[in-house]
Amino acid sequence: MTLVELQRRMAAAIMTPLAISGGPLRLEAEALIKRNSRLTSLKRLQIYRESYWYRALDSLRDDFPGLRAVLGLKAFDRLAETYLAEMPSESYTMRNLGSRLELWLKNRPEFGGENHALALDMVRLEWAHIEAFDAATEKPLGPEDLIELHEGMVFGLQPCISLLELQYPVDDLRIKVQAAGEDEHGAASNAVIRRKERGIVRTYSKVTPAETFLAVHRIGFIVYYRRLAPHEYRILVALREGRAIGEVVASMESSDNLELWFASWARMGWLCKARQVKGS
Amino acid sequence: MPANRLNGFTDYEIGIGLRIPHYQHILKNKPVVSWFEIISENYMVDGGRPLAILDQILEQYQVVQHGVSMYFGSAEPLNREHLRRLKALVKRTKTPWLTDHLCWGSVDGRYTHDLLPMPYTFEAAAITARKIREASSYLEVPIAVENVSSYAEYHISEMTEWEFLNEVAEQADCGILLDVNNIYVSSRNHDFDPYEYLNSVPPERVTQIHLAGHSKFERYILDTHDHPVIDPVWQLYAGAISRFGPTPTLLEWDDRIPSFSRVHAEAMKARKFMPALSPVMR
Repeated sequence: MTLVELQRRMAAAIMTPLAISGGPLRLEAEALIKRNSRLTSLKRLQIYRESYWYRALDSLRDDFPGLRAVLGLKAFDRLAETYLAEMPSESYTMRNLGSRLELWLKNRPEFGGENHALALDMVRLEWAHIEAFDAATEKPLGPEDLIELHEGMVFGLQPCISLLELQYPVDDLRIKVQAAGEDEHGAASNAVIRRKERGIVRTYSKVTPAETFLAVHRIGFIVYYRRLAPHEYRILVALREGRAIGEVVASMESSDNLELWFASWARMGWLCKARQVKGS
Repeated sequence: MPANRLNGFTDYEIGIGLRIPHYQHILKNKPVVSWFEIISENYMVDGGRPLAILDQILEQYQVVQHGVSMYFGSAEPLNREHLRRLKALVKRTKTPWLTDHLCWGSVDGRYTHDLLPMPYTFEAAAITARKIREASSYLEVPIAVENVSSYAEYHISEMTEWEFLNEVAEQADCGILLDVNNIYVSSRNHDFDPYEYLNSVPPERVTQIHLAGHSKFERYILDTHDHPVIDPVWQLYAGAISRFGPTPTLLEWDDRIPSFSRVHAEAMKARKFMPALSPVMR
């Protein structure tokens, strides 16, 4: 057996969901792994299987506390196990474990619970949060850069900013879930935290859809969610797409608040120089 | 024994693993520490708090990089994106040497995020050594590979773990990060004499030593890094220092992490096994 053959078979065995045991898995373990006087081949394999699944599930639980609150603990774990089985990690870092969850969940509405759209919105918000935490920041444009504005100018947006158009105000829910976890951290059992999370889920089970435009961004080391006006959102999206300021303004129905928004974005350091396109 | 490019870092003495719960204590109190070991992957990001903290640490401390996902033993080629980010970090930290594990963890582009044991075959040794050479050449820094704790042995193995380690190190011309706790854990799980392992390791290749605590279960021992080092592991460490001479040593404490002072005190126990150290605690 070659190295790659062994690794393919071991990885397949390790990544087999924990609910599956015995039979073929035992035969595969015996074919690959020696037994000793204390542990069978399957039990030795089981140490690695449990390590893989507990580590990956813990990572997703940590990264998506809002989704866990939306779905409830059991439904979340079912979703996470299926997602990992169908979309195993393709990155060297566990940070990226949830990078394809939105895409996957779009195609698997049966895992989104009673309110699939709410779950999807929460996934988008929580992935944006992860991205904002350790994304790069460019040197923000200062007042001196904005003195001579002209129509052909192109701005960049800080890479740590994600712009989200959501059907539900999931930012409020995420903040409440986070606060519940922080309040109880170290001071209560998991059961108490779960009761608190269930309470939040009940509160939001009848949440009314409300079109929500959001910027997930970072100031210093802290990630913030900032609500945007619909027009404000569209301008920011256009800027991110690399459209010139004149073109963006011309496409707007009204220029109300424009100065206010630009001043606000500049104050928060959101604007930066546009990235050079290769070959240009 | 004359020092060489792999084992000449004797002045590094005893280091501490840089962990998030200790950030504020370190930055505020600036404890006297010879060097910090960082987990490379935690800082292979584009920005934010991890890199900002690292830069503050680098202003005052020497940092050595330790990786957990290079997977030299995976049959597939090295991940170029991983290498690119790692090189950027190497430039940032100016790490004098770089370590990762002698293990595999990915296949066909899919990652288990675990340090899986190698089959001890000549084919595996050749593939692993070639990848270590390739990484070292690209990163332009000496690489040392760490022996992992293991809970399984494969039927296809053709040699012992220590023979495999030596074969890889020889073919790759790389250093060895010898984890004496891992030797102990694996010796209990696989019924071998840890001193036979220790005495087979070529001193001229030992770049660094790891120490850690583990958890004992009824039928096996798990490398959990959440306890103090036990006496038999300290004894093994004494044997290692006796054989290899003063060697940069690091205590790993990764779970249920106690205060910095507690970790520091545990690490400094290693001093008594290195009599050649200066009396002033660095």
